[in-house]
Amino acid sequence: MMTIGLNHFLIVSGLLFCFGIFGMMTRKNAVMVLMGIELILNSANINFIAFAKYGNFGYHGQMIALFVIILAAAEAAIALAIVLNIYKNFATVNVDEVNNLKE
Amino acid sequence: MSEYQIIVFSLFTLFAPLVGFLVTIFWGKKFKSMYLFEVAVITLVLLASIAVMVVKLGYLTDTKIVSEFAWISLGNLPVLGEFNLTLGIMIDNITVIMMFVVSLISTLVHYYSIAYMKGDKRYNRYFAYLGIFTFSMMGIVLTHNILMMYIFWELVGLSSYLLIGFWYEKKSASDAGKKAFIVNRIGDVGMFAGIMMLFITYHTFTFDTIFENISNGILPFNSDFWLTITGLLLFCGAIGKSAQFPLHVWLPDAMEGPTPVSALIHAATMVAAGVYLVARIFVMLTGDALLIIAVVGALSALIPATIALTQNDIKKVLAYSTISQLGYMILALGVGSFVYGFFHLITHAFFKAGLFLGSGSVIHSMHHEQDIQKMGALRKKMPITYVTFVLFSIAIAGVPLTSGFLSKDGILAGTYAFGLLTGQWIFAIVGFLVAMMTAFYMFRLVILTFHGEPRDPHKFEHAHESPLLMTIPLIILASLSVFVFYTANPVDAEGGWFLSKWVKTPETVVPQSARYSFMVSDAETITHQEKVVHSISYSEALHHAHMPAIFLSLFLAGLGILTAFLFYQWKKLNADKLVANIKPLYNFSYNKWYIDELYEATFLAFTMGLSNLLAWFDQKIVDGIVNGTATVTRFFSRFIGGFDTIVVDGLVNLFAYMSGMLGLILRKLQLGKVQAYIVLVIFSLVILVFLFTNLQL
Amino acid sequence: MQQVPLLSLITFLPIIGMIIILFLPKNNDKVIKALTLAVTGIQVILGIVIWRFYDYSLGGIYNQATFQFVEKFRWIEIPSVSWLGTIKIDYFLGIDGISAPLILLTAIITFVATLASWNIKTSLKGYFALFLLLDTGMMGVFVSLDFFLFYIFWEVMLLPMYFLIGIWGGPRKEYAAIKFFIYTLLGSVFILLAMIGLYLSATETLADGSKVFTFNMLALMNSENYTHDGILSPLNPNNFRLLAFLALFVGFAIKIPMFPFHTWLPDAHVEAPTAISVILAGVLLKMGTYGILRINYPMFPEITHQLAWWIAMFGMINIIYGALCALAQKDFKKLIAYSSVSHMGFVMLGMASLNTAGISGAVFQMFNHGTITAMLFIIVGIIYDRAHTRGINDFGGLANQMPIYTGFVTIAFFAAIGLPGLSGFISETFVFLGAFHVESIRLITVISTLGILLGAGYMLWTLQRIFLGELNPKWNTLNDLTFREYAMLVPLTIIIIVLGIYPSLMLDLMNSSVNTMVEFLLKSPVSFSGL
Repeated sequence: MMTIGLNHFLIVSGLLFCFGIFGMMTRKNAVMVLMGIELILNSANINFIAFAKYGNFGYHGQMIALFVIILAAAEAAIALAIVLNIYKNFATVNVDEVNNLKE
Repeated sequence: MSEYQIIVFSLFTLFAPLVGFLVTIFWGKKFKSMYLFEVAVITLVLLASIAVMVVKLGYLTDTKIVSEFAWISLGNLPVLGEFNLTLGIMIDNITVIMMFVVSLISTLVHYYSIAYMKGDKRYNRYFAYLGIFTFSMMGIVLTHNILMMYIFWELVGLSSYLLIGFWYEKKSASDAGKKAFIVNRIGDVGMFAGIMMLFITYHTFTFDTIFENISNGILPFNSDFWLTITGLLLFCGAIGKSAQFPLHVWLPDAMEGPTPVSALIHAATMVAAGVYLVARIFVMLTGDALLIIAVVGALSALIPATIALTQNDIKKVLAYSTISQLGYMILALGVGSFVYGFFHLITHAFFKAGLFLGSGSVIHSMHHEQDIQKMGALRKKMPITYVTFVLFSIAIAGVPLTSGFLSKDGILAGTYAFGLLTGQWIFAIVGFLVAMMTAFYMFRLVILTFHGEPRDPHKFEHAHESPLLMTIPLIILASLSVFVFYTANPVDAEGGWFLSKWVKTPETVVPQSARYSFMVSDAETITHQEKVVHSISYSEALHHAHMPAIFLSLFLAGLGILTAFLFYQWKKLNADKLVANIKPLYNFSYNKWYIDELYEATFLAFTMGLSNLLAWFDQKIVDGIVNGTATVTRFFSRFIGGFDTIVVDGLVNLFAYMSGMLGLILRKLQLGKVQAYIVLVIFSLVILVFLFTNLQL
Repeated sequence: MQQVPLLSLITFLPIIGMIIILFLPKNNDKVIKALTLAVTGIQVILGIVIWRFYDYSLGGIYNQATFQFVEKFRWIEIPSVSWLGTIKIDYFLGIDGISAPLILLTAIITFVATLASWNIKTSLKGYFALFLLLDTGMMGVFVSLDFFLFYIFWEVMLLPMYFLIGIWGGPRKEYAAIKFFIYTLLGSVFILLAMIGLYLSATETLADGSKVFTFNMLALMNSENYTHDGILSPLNPNNFRLLAFLALFVGFAIKIPMFPFHTWLPDAHVEAPTAISVILAGVLLKMGTYGILRINYPMFPEITHQLAWWIAMFGMINIIYGALCALAQKDFKKLIAYSSVSHMGFVMLGMASLNTAGISGAVFQMFNHGTITAMLFIIVGIIYDRAHTRGINDFGGLANQMPIYTGFVTIAFFAAIGLPGLSGFISETFVFLGAFHVESIRLITVISTLGILLGAGYMLWTLQRIFLGELNPKWNTLNDLTFREYAMLVPLTIIIIVLGIYPSLMLDLMNSSVNTMVEFLLKSPVSFSGL
């Protein structure tokens, strides 16, 4: 039987990270970009917990993961509110079209 | 009547007219006949002053009643010492006589004005003004100190200003009022300086205290000279108020006022205030001061008399005659003839008031025509006015049996005696000359106005005798111009009750060294029981002078009257031809010696020129410097500001500009595409990771 | 009355009024006016209360015990400031016979000026707020006995004045306001310099025995309080006291205004609204002479003696020069402004006499000039409100059109001329009597008497040109006085007449203080030079 070790976790988290980055870079919809960010955060969470399990750090990893989840929730709330406002003002959520600050 | 009651009555005569003024001025608009209140008040004042006079002259002849109260008491001051100013009244014989004269003439003028001013739109206000005048004049008469006299002096000036300018719609009237006030002020400035001199020397203003100090040898700056100066400074006030040369110019112009006012103020009472002042301070005048006063009096008697010869305005003639007569009084005081100076003040008050009221009667009936060239033959139309006017004229000309003869003769005798004693005959010569001229111009006036043929038939047609309210005052004044009121002897007043009992020359207090030589008490006088003011030699000289003076003055007055008749009544001499022969002289007299023009060209032009110059100086130079400083400062600040903008701010802006340029370049990197940023971040991250870690691929 | 802080009350009451006004809604015109009137009215009542409880026998000037209604407590205390040591400044109020008349004057004039402000139309709220602030400043100057406090009030008064002229003034208001402001500020700088010099030269001993520098005016008057090396100490042989005296004098002289620093006055008066002219002439000019009497005289007695002749000389120049300039004016308000210059000259002449009659006359003249000139400016305001012109030659014959107004004008004019029976006469007489008593300035006094002659000249001429003669038909629609105008003129007229007939009301009030001042000046030079 193949034991699931640290490397498996890291591979999963690396894949998640890459999907996240990919999503952020390719999607123009702001909500999608946000979802990419969530993926990146979760890949980081997996890393924290994996190192906590296999390393000798006590429960600090789990705690930080919890903290990140809470932070992500708050961040999502604010970000979605911003997206909503952007939609109100510009009638679009396409991040490329929102470039008023440029000029 | 006790002394206390006399004081109460006198205070009543002082303050009642003030009440009359206040009531009439405040309620005059509401009630059309408010003036009757003022008339009633003034009548009561007359009764009160008669009562005071009778009691004082009859029973208390030699007492002097003083009543005073503290007005400003500051106590004992550092540097100055005691500083307490009192107000108060002093009642002696000349006070009560003046009180009577003022209130009598004032009352007569009030009644006369009821008819004369009828129909004037400011009827009530006119009577109110008469009230405040009477108040102020009573103040001058009653006061016991020089400061209070100055106070009322100025108030008299105010009421005179108001009354001269009563018809202020006429520019000439308001001009005349202003001129009167300002010319009077010139004299008052001098008088005020005199008051200051008295104050710093004696720290009091009360006449009696000052005189007592002088007789104790306390003099201003310890010298006779400064006592003379002080006396003369005070006399300046009299020059102004009594219209003496060279400040006489206001009086003829003052004739712009209503004629009853001229009678009251500018003939009988106010102008006499100056003489009254000199009489009050007579005892402190040194010989030198008296001599200068005599010179002023003589000039004032002579110059206006020559002017009066040629004037054609009935009031102007009387005005110049008034100045001339006032000059007589001042001259009399100046030569030491105190009693006759004061006597002439009283007699003149009556007959000159009468003359003015008579002329007012003429003017009234001629519909405000004042030019005697357009009158004539009025004697048939207005007999009462005519008779009284002639009586006044012979009084002023000095015909026997009149009061004027007595007083004028006394003055002439005084100047004659002065000539005898000192050898200075000039005063006597002027006196007699003026007497002749007076007789001439007065009869010229009478003849042109009342005799001959009417020269303006139209106006003559409408002429009529004035109402009783106007003629009765004339009759009363005419009766007072007869000798019997003053003495029983028609040719010599000296023994009469007026001069022997009521009015006496006060004893001078100036040091013996500063007196006229004939006023120094000599050995003989000291032996006399009563105080004799003049030396025996003076009495003798006066006695010697008396007879020649009578005959000479009679002769000259007769000559003057005769000449007037020759010229204007009988036409034996042709006045026009004479005028043509002495044209320059005539013009000189007709144009009043060009004195007004002279003043206008010198003092007035100088003051106005200086004032305009200073105003220009103020605006252009003083303010110019201020504004110039501001301009220089602004210029400098602009320069600094320029430096600031260009150099200092330039540097700052340069940095800002450079930052801006840099920003412009760098902003190109900002694409505004989120994905691009993310790629950039990740790419940079990867590079950084490779650079800063030892990760080997 | 010692318990009630009357002086603080009378000084800060307007500030309270101002704060209330600032909280009121903007267009509440009637309430704002009524409130201001009430505040100034209460001030008058307080002034009368102070006057009733004032003890005539106490002298004041240099002795705190003889000052009245004294309020004194520590205001600012900063311990151990580098080399200065402890800075201690007192809140020190008190009055004596020199300031008491001026407090009365300020209260009365402000009240009258409030009535004169009734016609202000634009930004009423701001106007009355500034007006009340000005009131506090003026009152404060007259009651403070601490130099620092004095200076603060002096400056407090300046700013509202600038805005009052600059916003509510005539066509050239900006020019006039800035001229007034800069001129007065220049004076303030001089005062500030001298004040700091004095502060650093004198010490006061506190209760615990320590010595600190002091702004206390009374301490500054005592030569024993000065340090040995202070630059303004009489004990220091190389002192700069003459210079400090001159600095203070110039600072105050600008306010009087003394020739040649007087040119701001005509401009400010002509451009200022009526009420502000009234205050300017009625109260502000007095601050100059008051400052000299309160500060220059007792703090520099020896220099006062040295320079008295010059003060008299400038007084004479003011009298004659002002009168001659007035004679040439064609603008009614400018004429009155120049007559102010002339009349303030009498104050200086009286002060220079250094004796009781002269100084009493000077203080009395300050009061009288305040009331008389206030009346004159109200008179100008009344005619300007109706005719919208001030050109003297534009008028004529108004006596028939506005008889009651003419009556008041006549009283005011004759009061200004110095007619007996009206208050101006008494003060001028006292000034002349006092000044003539001093030998060195006797000639100056005699020449100054020409001022009363010229005064009669320009006043009567103006009276003639405006009121006498035929009525110009242009003006036959002008109305006589309204009730509000009566309310302004009648009280002032009554004051002028009552003080003219019974001047002791005012003279007794100031007598013992003036005596104290004269005695203080008399004995001081000896002790100062002997040190």
